[in-house]
Amino acid sequence: MENFIYHRPTKPADAVKAMKDAADGKFLSGGMTLLPTMKQGLAAPSDIIDLGGLGNSGVEVGADKVTVKAGTVHANVATDKGVKKAIPALSALAGGIGDPHVRNRGTIGGSIANNDPAADYPAAVVGLNATVVTSARSVPGDKFFTDIFTTALKDDEIVTAVEFPVPKRAAYVKFPNPASRYAMVGVMVAELKDGSVRVAVTGAGPKVFRVPEMEKALEANFSADAIGGIKVKASGLNSDMHASPEYRAHLVTVLARRAVAAAK
Amino acid sequence: MSAISMKVNGKAVCGAVEPRTLLVQFLRENLGLTGTHVGCDTSQCGACVVHVNGTAIKSCTALAVACDGAEVTTVEGLAKNGKLHPMQEAFREHHGLQCGFCTPGMLMAAVDLVNRKGKTLDEETIRHELEGNICRCTGYHNIVKAIQAGAENM
Ligand SMILES: Cc1cc2nc3c(=O)[nH]c(=O)nc-3n(C[C@H](O)[C@H](O)[C@H](O)COP(=O)(O)OP(=O)(O)OC[C@H]3O[C@@H](n4cnc5c(N)ncnc54)[C@H](O)[C@@H]3O)c2cc1C
Ligand code: FES
Ligand code: FES
Repeated sequence: MENFIYHRPTKPADAVKAMKDAADGKFLSGGMTLLPTMKQGLAAPSDIIDLGGLGNSGVEVGADKVTVKAGTVHANVATDKGVKKAIPALSALAGGIGDPHVRNRGTIGGSIANNDPAADYPAAVVGLNATVVTSARSVPGDKFFTDIFTTALKDDEIVTAVEFPVPKRAAYVKFPNPASRYAMVGVMVAELKDGSVRVAVTGAGPKVFRVPEMEKALEANFSADAIGGIKVKASGLNSDMHASPEYRAHLVTVLARRAVAAAK
Repeated sequence: MSAISMKVNGKAVCGAVEPRTLLVQFLRENLGLTGTHVGCDTSQCGACVVHVNGTAIKSCTALAVACDGAEVTTVEGLAKNGKLHPMQEAFREHHGLQCGFCTPGMLMAAVDLVNRKGKTLDEETIRHELEGNICRCTGYHNIVKAIQAGAENM
């Protein structure tokens, strides 16, 4: 790993300033993606701005909204009793990320800022119609993930929290890659309190996407059979040694049906 | 170089490190605690697992400077007064290792698992919780048996 200048600010404004002043800075949260990338020489930032000193971690559970601060590790989202009660689909998703040691370090802010096409949280942000709060503004979940490994964030913008509306019912089902546990395909299905339904798919394409045809069918009839005949197109989906686009397209329908059946 | 201090296996330690020094390098190279292993460069194998402030983490994927002030327990901190920890004893008893390379991480993950989920663990839970620890030799069967037995004796 190349050397860098290390900063550990205690205020968000100082973190933003350190980034503005750096030649080629990077924010660091859990480091579960950034440090392996640096170890392999795929990134060599001039400055590391460690957000761990901000102490921005914890969840707030209200009647209509669950707010997860950006520095909250996956293990805390997975085991928080309030989250489990308000949005069981969210705690289950967090509890299925990677392995116990990854969950003890990796954070929601780092995960969504990174926007790995196979990451789990993007399906929750879009599927539950969440809002991403940053050091500068609030961004609707639908507008946050712009392209593969790319988000609406500016270089010196920090994710500070994610606000999830409490749905009527929801479930997340993933087909984990047997080696890494990342999603080969993962589907979040949610019926929101206003009766609208969202189906958000991660792992299958370059970034998380919704399936409007399934959403419409489920709004009319929230049952697995309502979407049994709806297939997404294979063209444009991810292709790698683990699965072909056709197989991923097939999994979307299978997992969406399971998520509908499991929604609570 | 940054000056850092930690409590490692109950003992106050300090040292000067570059920002890029990983926690595992600090433990192995500065402190000579070579029980903690490095088995990969992708943060997947778990040979490097130690406890930092009570939680299990991969020490190959944490900066030493970021652990300034932390309390760290490594595999060397498990045995007390020359007597193996119950989990170590169970690995010996149940042949939970062959070459032993993954064993320090397995032990630290197992002790963390008992701390979180208690002493009565079923096979499915143990296998699931070992997703971040890879072993090239044993086929996991005896590791799972050892953890089940070691948990009961903790
Ligand atoms: C073995 C292994 C298995 C994994 N399995 C899964 C899995 O199954 N599913 C899954 O979803 N993920 C998985 N992950 C990823 C992990 O869950 C982390 O969430 C992810 O690495 C990013 O979070 P982090 O806190 O570690 O971020 P970091 O690695 O610290 O940062 C990642 C990126 O985000 C930026 N960043 C960090 N925090 C912020 C912020 N607050 N504001 C703006 N930018 C920020 C950084 O600059 C960097 O570019 C796995 C990782 C490993 C090592
Ligand atoms: S050496 Fe840390 S996970 Fe492999
Ligand atoms: S005993 Fe050899 S790697 Fe596990």
